[in-house]
Amino acid sequence: MNDAVTSEKLKVATAALCGCFGCHMSLLDIDERILQLVELVEFDRTPITDIKEVGPCDVGLIEGAVANNENVEVLREFRKNCKILVAVGACAVNGGVPSMRNHYELEECLEEVYLDGVGLDNALIPDDPEIPMLLDKVHPIHEVVKIDYFLPGCPPSADTIWTFLTELLEGKPISFPYSLIHYD
Amino acid sequence: MISDKTFKIDGRKIPFQDGDTIMDAALRAGEYIPHLCHNPEFKPNGSCRVCVIETNGRHVSACNQPAIENMEVDNSSDAIMNLRRSLLQMLFVEGNHVCPACEKSGACQLQAVAYYTRMLSPHFTHFFPRRDVDATHPEIAIDFNRCILCKLCVRASRDVDKKNVFLISGRGIDSRLVINSPSGKLGDSDVAVTDKAVAVCPVGAILPKHKGYEKPIGERMYDNKPISIVGDVAAKFSSKIYSKDVNTK
Repeated sequence: MNDAVTSEKLKVATAALCGCFGCHMSLLDIDERILQLVELVEFDRTPITDIKEVGPCDVGLIEGAVANNENVEVLREFRKNCKILVAVGACAVNGGVPSMRNHYELEECLEEVYLDGVGLDNALIPDDPEIPMLLDKVHPIHEVVKIDYFLPGCPPSADTIWTFLTELLEGKPISFPYSLIHYD
Repeated sequence: MISDKTFKIDGRKIPFQDGDTIMDAALRAGEYIPHLCHNPEFKPNGSCRVCVIETNGRHVSACNQPAIENMEVDNSSDAIMNLRRSLLQMLFVEGNHVCPACEKSGACQLQAVAYYTRMLSPHFTHFFPRRDVDATHPEIAIDFNRCILCKLCVRASRDVDKKNVFLISGRGIDSRLVINSPSGKLGDSDVAVTDKAVAVCPVGAILPKHKGYEKPIGERMYDNKPISIVGDVAAKFSSKIYSKDVNTK
């Protein structure tokens, strides 16, 4: 936790861990409201700004599950720097589709993809030291760090993300109409 | 049988007859009590505990607790909703409920009751159990990852279909649904796609093959209205049974 946030605007960082980037697409799906949003918030590290390191922030939005050691590192950096850390989307909330690999041994997955796959030339399992190491299981992010709020959905709709951010900014208790909460 | 006996749910008078459970009387009066393993066509099972209510300082399951004259039932306080949400969170982490990859999504009772209790996250640590999918039957598939052990298929197969295809084996955390056939596979059993046991599954565990994702997102059973208004997945009386919706905006 860090309270050295001086800007009057709310500082927001986002990251995509093991997911499909659909939640970030859904954030962009707020359409022209993004102009209103940039009046209210300033973006720190996010794929939108391409800033690589996260600094002290008010809100961190995390898409995707934890599947490799880089995901763990990014998630811990976000926890250290963000006052409020939010799990956005099914993968972050419960592991989602990536967690379906937990049904198999990691070795089986790698062999299926890189050794036994159809039409492979020079089949080998990638082992470059630059490539993050896969964890034996995929985990939802609340199993790694403390999470303050959860936005389920695959993805959560633009209206869900918008409602969350605007009600948070107004200091209101966050409440969603029935149709904005779904797990798919 | 006409009876003038009543009890109260959240202050509202509910008439009941001798022999009624709290759930029986509530369903008849249009008062929604969340439930998963209960289906009024079958004898109560009391396994999911989601219908927990408070009466006289005790937590009891409404589906198998007899109604008593003048009893007062708490069916909607934050404390009761929090209990139900915790029970649902445990059900979610105990299996593999990947809603985005399930055909039942949008018309799943587990999901709908979780929406009703405003469950946003599974909260607990996931078990990620390794369970099988049995697709050996030409017309029915069973995905054990999604089974919540409600025993509705067990009861329907035994009491209505008279086939005893489904059984619960093991105890406690080792309890699991098994198929009564020589190989233990569905394809080797007497089950038919027209069986009651196939129709009563409240989740995406038992699914008829050759169809799926028939309704687009936005038009599915629970997309726009909560289960308290829409009713159960397998209900004989599907709509308009519940008149009161306590937990939606």
